[in-house]
Amino acid sequence: MNTKNKSKITAEDLGVKKVYLESGIEVNPIYTAEDVENSNSKHEMPGEYPFTRGIHNTMYRKRPFTIRQYAGFASPEETNERFQFLIANGQSGLNVAFDLPTQCGLDSDDPRAMGEVGRVGMTVDTLDDFEIAFKNIDLDKITVSLTINGSAIIAIAMYIAMAEKAGYDISKLRGTAQNDILKEFIGRGTWIFPVDKSVKLVIDTIEYCAKHVPKYSPVSVCGYHIRESGANPIQEMAYAFCIAKAYTDGALSRGIDIDDFASRLSFNFDIYGNLFEQIAKFRGGRRLWAKIIREEYLAKNDDSCWLRMIAGGGGGGLTKEQPENNIVRSAYYALISALSGTQTMALCSYDEAYTIPTEHSAEISLRTMQIMIHEMGICDTVDPLGGSYYVESLTDTFETAIKEEMKTVDKWGGIVNAVATGKIQESVSKQAYTREMGMQTGKVDKVGVNIFTREEESKPVEFHPYNQEAADKQVEKLKRIKESRNNELVKQKLATIRKDAKEDKNLMPSIIEAVKEYATVGEIVQVMKDVYGEFKEPIFF
Amino acid sequence: MKVLLSKPGLDGHDVGVKVLAHGLIEAGYEVVYTGLRKTIDEIVQMAIENKVDAIGLSILSGTHLFLAQKMKEVMDANKLNIPWFVGGNVPPLDVEKLEAIGASKAFPTSTKVVDVVNYFKEM
Repeated sequence: MNTKNKSKITAEDLGVKKVYLESGIEVNPIYTAEDVENSNSKHEMPGEYPFTRGIHNTMYRKRPFTIRQYAGFASPEETNERFQFLIANGQSGLNVAFDLPTQCGLDSDDPRAMGEVGRVGMTVDTLDDFEIAFKNIDLDKITVSLTINGSAIIAIAMYIAMAEKAGYDISKLRGTAQNDILKEFIGRGTWIFPVDKSVKLVIDTIEYCAKHVPKYSPVSVCGYHIRESGANPIQEMAYAFCIAKAYTDGALSRGIDIDDFASRLSFNFDIYGNLFEQIAKFRGGRRLWAKIIREEYLAKNDDSCWLRMIAGGGGGGLTKEQPENNIVRSAYYALISALSGTQTMALCSYDEAYTIPTEHSAEISLRTMQIMIHEMGICDTVDPLGGSYYVESLTDTFETAIKEEMKTVDKWGGIVNAVATGKIQESVSKQAYTREMGMQTGKVDKVGVNIFTREEESKPVEFHPYNQEAADKQVEKLKRIKESRNNELVKQKLATIRKDAKEDKNLMPSIIEAVKEYATVGEIVQVMKDVYGEFKEPIFF
Repeated sequence: MKVLLSKPGLDGHDVGVKVLAHGLIEAGYEVVYTGLRKTIDEIVQMAIENKVDAIGLSILSGTHLFLAQKMKEVMDANKLNIPWFVGGNVPPLDVEKLEAIGASKAFPTSTKVVDVVNYFKEM
């Protein structure tokens, strides 16, 4: 940024204190036409490359952003009941959460799964669980999102196998999977295999889907969890873009056309902190991503250049103290998301910092978004902040800063190496400490936490009690399936996976064949571990 | 004083445990961190090998009572008599339960780093 330009008005000029964003960017007290004099933003239009102002020219005037709240249920049976209920109430998209054993590739009867079966989402051992969860659900009408990463290739294979067995034409099958393993090494931690092999598996799903299930979106790149782990807004975007580029490079190396892949890619981002900083992050990020896809990857189609995103209010901004304040915070996060031109929105519930959200608190989140859509005029005009001296100037700054941060990752040997060696984890974790201490010592203001505090009664906290009976039933069922399936065939199918893994072939076809014979998640993952090995976590903090 | 900070079970949320590691180091303690997804047996073995003076368990998946029970058993089986504590997504009501199982202290959600450090100083 050219701070030497005398026409800019600085804090010194006005004798006020200097202000910096969380990203380290200095904010001037006043912005004028001078600040955007050399900016290309003057000529930008929504729906036109590079899409800084939004990916569509009609945006919410035509259709408001999609509201998609996240929920998880323990058993496939409960999950099916809940799905039926949601569909009856008009929901057209389902979001599936999985328990930790499934996410880490362990069966319910594995000793390491004890106490975890069905705890944070649905349990899946075999295709049977998918068949129960999606019983009587019309997959032509409902889009299903699978929130799973480490063992995503198996979950996607099961989804496809289930649809095929039920008679669907998989060339028309829709749906999405999170399947962003690189961010799992930075935050959330459900990795299984070494980094390069993990990426290879993501590319396998991309290649298979591009050829056989072209309407399926196999990857959603998550800046969200990276930011929640301590990254600042610039890093959130930069690391997510580096990750997206790694998957893109992998897809191209399998002979997939950039326009076929990029148009199916979507992103998941986080919102908390300074309002203008987040908006500039999204606008600058959207412009940069479009340029990367067009200029570096030479995509022809405009929609390949779109940064499609779900941007939601993050848990990182919410507090256990004076929790009602979180309702207000979430409303601001929703506003930020809408002003940033998101495609889909989700908000954390105000009580999520200390308990399981109640139906009442989940309803407040929903109403927050609906009030904005129906009462605030948020859908009337596209990119209402376009042309603001401050927002446009900050958008330009963010575009440059994200690009610079991506070069830092290049210096670390690229994203795969930076993650395998723990470089990113180390930098993110140091920042998490600085941020947390800033809040705990009062250097960073947080209402109800270090300013405007009051004595509070301790709140009733509720956890779903662990359902041992359901876990036992799941283990029983697994035992029954293992006895009744054709074990000779399962053995053969697992041997094929082993052979394909050794020959570095795409594993999707052999995994689909194996799950159709009710091979378990744990059995398949074990074969893959035998060939690929396991990730050795670099110990950094 | 040397502390082992650990992540038992399958939960991968490690922001809190790493923040505490930084805080303890800054306060002059030596910290050994296990990394993610360790079994209680592995954690106790690491504690013995590294000759630590205390063990911290960070758990955010709601599995704390289950894992604390296991911790008690494995500590007893190994005749390891050093204090161990639990932090993470622990509801206030479970603090007493964890301490009854054998944790010398349980730190519920939103405990300050300085409070943990002070606890160590008094220990």
